[in-house]
Amino acid sequence: MEYQAKELFAKHGVPVLPGETIDDAADARAVAERIGKPVVVKAQVKTGGRGKAGGVKLADTPEEAVARAEDILGLDIKGHIVRKVLVTEASDIDTEYYVSFLLDRANRTYLAMASVEGGMDIEQLAVERPEALARVPVDALVGCDEAKAAEIVAAAGFPSDVSARVAEILVSLWKVFVEEEATLVEVNPLVRTPDGRIVALDGKVTLDGNAEFRHEDVFTRYADVVADDDLEGRAKSKDLNYVKLDGQVGIIGNGAGLVMSTLDVVAYAGEKHGGVKPANFLDIGGGASAQVMADGLEIILSDKDVRSVFVNVFGGITSCDAVADGIVQALGMLGAAATKPLVVRLDGNNVEEGHRILEAANHPLVTVVDTMDGAADKAAELAGSNA
Amino acid sequence: MAIFLTAESKVIVQGITGSEGTKHTRRMVASGSNVVGGVNPKKAGSDVDGIPVFATVAEAMETTGADVSVLFVPPAFAKSAVVEAIDASMPLAVVITEGIPVQDSAWFWAYAQGKATRIIGPNCPGLISPGRSNAGIIPATIAPTAGRIGLVSKSGTLTYQMMYELREFGFSTAVGIGGDPVIGTTHIDCLQAFEADPETDAIVMIGEIGGDAEERAADYIREHVTKPVVGYVAGFTAPEGKTMGHAGAIVSGSSGTAAAKQEALEAAGVRVGKTPSAAAELMREVMRGL
Repeated sequence: MEYQAKELFAKHGVPVLPGETIDDAADARAVAERIGKPVVVKAQVKTGGRGKAGGVKLADTPEEAVARAEDILGLDIKGHIVRKVLVTEASDIDTEYYVSFLLDRANRTYLAMASVEGGMDIEQLAVERPEALARVPVDALVGCDEAKAAEIVAAAGFPSDVSARVAEILVSLWKVFVEEEATLVEVNPLVRTPDGRIVALDGKVTLDGNAEFRHEDVFTRYADVVADDDLEGRAKSKDLNYVKLDGQVGIIGNGAGLVMSTLDVVAYAGEKHGGVKPANFLDIGGGASAQVMADGLEIILSDKDVRSVFVNVFGGITSCDAVADGIVQALGMLGAAATKPLVVRLDGNNVEEGHRILEAANHPLVTVVDTMDGAADKAAELAGSNA
Repeated sequence: MAIFLTAESKVIVQGITGSEGTKHTRRMVASGSNVVGGVNPKKAGSDVDGIPVFATVAEAMETTGADVSVLFVPPAFAKSAVVEAIDASMPLAVVITEGIPVQDSAWFWAYAQGKATRIIGPNCPGLISPGRSNAGIIPATIAPTAGRIGLVSKSGTLTYQMMYELREFGFSTAVGIGGDPVIGTTHIDCLQAFEADPETDAIVMIGEIGGDAEERAADYIREHVTKPVVGYVAGFTAPEGKTMGHAGAIVSGSSGTAAAKQEALEAAGVRVGKTPSAAAELMREVMRGL
């Protein structure tokens, strides 16, 4: 969110306007008094288009700041409820610029992007006026030093009276990128104020989840607050790799590629069965213990849209008998909470023993199908008829 | 012949003394790999099942003539382990480790440019030339015999699934290149090697959503590949902006979608299956027609 990005900017010397984030409207008064100038009250949500949704408002006095904060807190902006607002100095804008660093995966390097036409949607600018957006590769071994920053500023055509200061900001922004281990740092807009300051008015930072072990403080500080009814949040707290989708067939599989493929196969099969779709992505990875299977099933079965579940496992390292044991034990652990039919497809390592275990358990909810396509069809059929 | 990994390959394991390292070293040995050593600076002089443990990659290479290193080093130490392999001019470094920070991967990839080391991975199952050598965690039992199909895939389990479907034909080499945003060896590198390999007659390429690697591969195939290629792309139904397990698998806007990749591949003459089984069936037709 904006305020988080700005905190990281400030930490590494990228200039931002003074401001504070609050979750109680009454606190807006003290913040506005400290700033001592007109303020802007800005909704802090993980989506764009805040202004149009009424999530960004000016306030001339501390009293007005409280009233505007009251207006904005609790707003629903594209499904995101506003729980925090940033109260920050209101600044007039002379000129808007754009600068960012990002991972350029196609070229396996980093890319700096900069434009003297900031403020607008940068993807739109890249399509409509690509010549207005400078793209400068940044070597991972060298980084963005003063020379590289000067190169970026020149490529984007910043006017000479601001170029030195923008270059300095780029070097600081690079520090945010490298030291916080981001995959994207973006300032949009970077503005020149009528009194000649250059400040980051809004921005975005995307951190690399794989680097969390080196940045636990930042990740803890900015961790999302999870509501009890949030399936993704609950799954995350159990270390499950789960993504909620909006279909009816629950999916459990091993390996990200196979699970993505399973979603596709179920969606194709669903076309023949009333248009049912996959309800989620869930990759239980290599282990597939009974506990992981039970946790996964528990999350999927508490998704009220789910009408059937497809367990699709290819035993590579994982042994199919362990997966079958996991399913049987998970159903035992869930007891009466397991209410939806399960279609299971196992293949690979020790598949015969896996099938034998499921057969012996003879659970009324479980159907074993030999092929991935056949099992997807069965699961879709059950979801279609279970409406 | 096979690609990258042959019967002559001498393999060492960086991180051999860790639980994953030891487990998979045993599996590699059981499937016929010539594992000649391991590396752990703190346990140099000891052994794992009689395989000597060396202090450094350079020492292991000097003593054993190793030309492949498989890395089971935890994410926090992976960067320095890969750098050590590069500095020792190890010809092939297979990085199995999952969860390496992408700035570390970007750094060691950049560091390897112009040097002698080919990196495969990270976050990959490695590669296998069935009946000859196995460097990584692909179970040799899925498709145990050598054959004339080459396989390249971002995904581990889809590699297994496809090998299983086509086990009757066997493989020259199957390479899992990994699903991370920055990987050392790409689809294109493998396509190029398979095209040049006299023991490979046809190629299966498995892709997934995110990035533009498949589109680039399609361009490469159109220009440079004469052998038949069958493709499969996972993630047609993936929603925009959500990461699906693989850090690289994220669709942003209209780029990186499965449909765009399929279209690009088909335009390059690749036959694309709608499901893994359908792709396998296409490859059976290709193999029967050869």
